[in-house]
Formats: sequence, structure tokens, C-alpha cells
Amino acid sequence: MTARSNALPTQEMTINMGPQHPSTHGVLRVILTTDGEVVTRAVPDVGYLHRGLEKIGERVTYAQYMPFTDRLDYLAAMNCNCAWAWTVEKLAKIEVPERAEYLRVIVCELNRISSHLIAFGSYTADMGAFTPFLYAIREREQVNDLFEMICGNRLTYNYARVGGVSGDAPPGFLEKTKEFLDYFEPKLDEYNNLISYNKIFVHRLANVAVIPAEEAIAYGLTGPNLRGSGVPFDLRKDEPYSVYPKFDFRVCVGTGERGTLGDCFDRYMVRINEMRESVKIVRQAIAQIPDGPVLAKVPRVFKPPVGETYFRSECPRGETGIYLISDGSVNPFRLKIRTGSFVTMNLFEKITRGLMIADVVAVIGSFDIILPEIDR
Amino acid sequence: MEAQAIFDTLKGKFGDAVVELQGEGFSPAFAVVAPAAVKEVSRFLKEDPDLSFDSLMCLSGVDYKDKFAVAYHLHSLKHRHAIGLKAMLPRENPSLPTVDDVWPAANFQEREAFDLFGIGFEGSKDLRRILLPEDWEGHPLRKDYKYPDSYHGIKV
Repeated sequence: MTARSNALPTQEMTINMGPQHPSTHGVLRVILTTDGEVVTRAVPDVGYLHRGLEKIGERVTYAQYMPFTDRLDYLAAMNCNCAWAWTVEKLAKIEVPERAEYLRVIVCELNRISSHLIAFGSYTADMGAFTPFLYAIREREQVNDLFEMICGNRLTYNYARVGGVSGDAPPGFLEKTKEFLDYFEPKLDEYNNLISYNKIFVHRLANVAVIPAEEAIAYGLTGPNLRGSGVPFDLRKDEPYSVYPKFDFRVCVGTGERGTLGDCFDRYMVRINEMRESVKIVRQAIAQIPDGPVLAKVPRVFKPPVGETYFRSECPRGETGIYLISDGSVNPFRLKIRTGSFVTMNLFEKITRGLMIADVVAVIGSFDIILPEIDR
Repeated sequence: MEAQAIFDTLKGKFGDAVVELQGEGFSPAFAVVAPAAVKEVSRFLKEDPDLSFDSLMCLSGVDYKDKFAVAYHLHSLKHRHAIGLKAMLPRENPSLPTVDDVWPAANFQEREAFDLFGIGFEGSKDLRRILLPEDWEGHPLRKDYKYPDSYHGIKV
């Protein structure tokens, strides 16, 4: 939507939005300059949650850093745990037992489902429909129960280890996971009937904040935000790691089905469809999981060789890349974490220019940003 | 294209501005270039049809104690290959040209390197602190950073 010219003279006004605002998904502050209802400029101000996670990394050992990765993206802590483990394993060339990799894939995909559920639920709540949020939370509880069963925690899991995972799946875990999948899969159709194709909801999202594919690539968007623009790039498929090559799944992309390719609705729909693919992956993983140990032998005083490595994995909010430099001591020399949300926020100012204020909320929700990952 | 081939192409094109290839122990390998040449090399890497590095995955500042560095991790969606680019900077007044007009994705990450390392990016369209408050003193990710006792009278 663009600014309409009318006879009423208006004055530009600066409005502060956040950092405490229900629809900014955390402590995001946006400084809006508006002309009537139209946003002429929206400058994001981040950093309210900066804890210096990269500096902390230089003072703890590789194993001790694992719980800090939980705090990167608390809605997808399993994915962050595994990203750290895979990075260190790549640097030190550690062979991980196959059963551990299967367990990692299972928990990562379950976590992707629960993270996308929050994205879906909070987005619909932002758009004025509160009921779907309760549905999403109901389903997410069951994922939390599964995680509690496997590692004892419901939010910050600290489950992965350098060389494997902290413990094998307890008896009954895989069966319970299967039960959850059987329960959950039909729910996706229910969501679609409930809200996805609701006329008001579609109107709020379709044709809003269209990101063409070239722009998405140039601005470094990754994950569902990139795929929403119709670019079929998924690290699980295109730069396969762990045991992902063994599974058959589809890379979901935006199609512009209700508006223009790359609009808010496409980004929303990619997440809904991805949950179905995650269900497929977990089913296959449960069917194929081999027996065996779940933790490789890693020395207690662990000193990886001198070197630098960059490893990226597909997290629910896009690529989480870790640039790790080792000087051969017990502590990392430098680690830099590149997160999907941080890079996506770079595009925010450009994409919101000329939108209505209510559409800014639609953009924040469609990016599915999370603030601890931006501020680190 | 393999890292060695990319490095040879760069060497042939830019000569002495391309210093060395860091291959052993580095994944992906890094082509080390002179700081002043970063922008031209970046533009070439992006626009050459055989290279077309259309995506800047990650831009990081590094403090190697005796010098600073800026590391760029590049990837090409078209050719599906990757390389690192690195520029070594002196400890005094570390500064190099910005690449935010080559890859717009660079802006936030350059601001981060400016904020946490104090590395300047000449010609940047918007270079401000991003994670820390504007009046914060010092650059925390430097190895010689001294932790402050207080901030605005608040003990930390």
C-alpha cells in the first residue's frame, strides 16, 4: 500500500514502538516516522538483550559453551545446541555415532515444529485472531513433554554434546513421538481451515511487504524468509550435514498463491508447510534409527587442532552459521555466530517504507524474528 | 570452483593486492587481500559470471592480538561454491572500505564489527553502534578490552 494524496494537510510524526510492545516479539524497539497512518521510515534499534555471548565463548571451554547456545534462540534451543556441536566436530574432525545423529535430527525437527507453531500462533494473534495461538500452545506442550522425557528440560535443553548427545532416548520415547506425530499431522489441515485461508487474515498478509528473490538473496535472507520469495534453498538439502541425505522431504517455497510471490502470506505458508515436512523427516528417522552408542570418546581436556572453520545449519529462523577460530587451547579463540534474525533485520527499514503502521506488525511477524538471537 | 582456482583467478586479476591463500586448517579456505582492495575484489567476486558470489553469509571482525582482521564468508547460490575473504588490519586505526553497496547484507554486520571491535568501514551509509549503547566506551571483543567498573553510576 502506498501513501494516498488527499486534501488534508498532515505532519510527519515520530513514534516510539517498543522495546516493551506485545507485537515486537521481544525487546525490539522501532522508531517510526509516520505521515498519518503511513510509515515513511522505520528504524529498528536492537541490542537490548545483548549478553556478550561471543565474548563469554572466549572464556569457557568448548563443552561449557553448550548451555549458552540454548540462550541464542530459546524457541529452538535444540537446533542451536546441535549447530554448536556440529561446528566443533567439524573443526576437530570428530566422528559421531550414527544413533546420536539420528537422535539429533529427531529433536531438531521436533523443535522446528514447536518453533514454527509459536511463529504461527503469535502471528495470528498479532493479526487479531487469538484462538489459533491457544491451539499452537496446546500442541507445543506435547513437544515440550517429549523433550522433558529425553533430556529433563522444557525450554533450555542442553542436550547435544561435542561427539554426540547427553543420553539415549528413554524407553517409550520413540513410540510417544510417533503418537504425537499421528496426533499432530491432521492438525495442520485444521489450522488451514481455521485461519490460514480466512478472508480477513489473507487480506492482512497478501501483497504486503513483497520481497523479490534477488533482493532476498542480496540482503542475505535465509530459511523460510528466503524460501518465501520462491528460492528453493535449504541447507538440509543443498549442503547436507548430519544424516539428512537419508531422508526424503520437500523444500517448501512460496508460490504467490494468494497475492504476489514473496509477500507476508508466502512466508507464513512456508512455515505451515515445513511443519508437515518435519513430520515426514521424524517418521523416517524413527523407522531407520540404528542401535549403538550415542556419544563418541572425546577427551575430558579437549583441545581441538589450530584452525578456522565455518559451519552453517538450517535453524527454524534461517541459517545459523558459526565461525570458530581455535588456537589449540581449551577455549575458543574467537567465535562469531551469524543468525538468521539478525541478518533479516537489516532489510527491515527498506521493506517497511510506505507501509501502514498495522502492516509493520505484519512484517515483524512474517519474519519470525527472535530477539536473543539478534542481540546475542 | 575450487578455492585454489578462485584464488588463482583473483591473483591473475589483482596481482599483489591478493596476498596469500589460507588453505590448510581453514574451512572454507581464505583468500587474504590488501584492505584497500577489498571493495574491488568483492565486486569482481560478485559480478564475474564464473564466480557470482551473490550471497555474503557472514562478516566477522577478528582480533589476532598483533593485528585485526575482517573475514567475509561468501557463497554462490548459482554455482554452489564458497570461499572466504580476509583483510588484515593494523592495530592502530583499523579501517577498510565498506562492501554494503556490493552486498546490502553487509550493513548490520559491519556495524557489529564497528561496535565490538572498533573497525571503521569507509563509505558506509550508516555506521553506528548497534548492540551496545551509543555512549559505551571501548570495544568489548578486543583482546585487550578492560572491563568497566560502572556504567552511568551503576556498578557492573
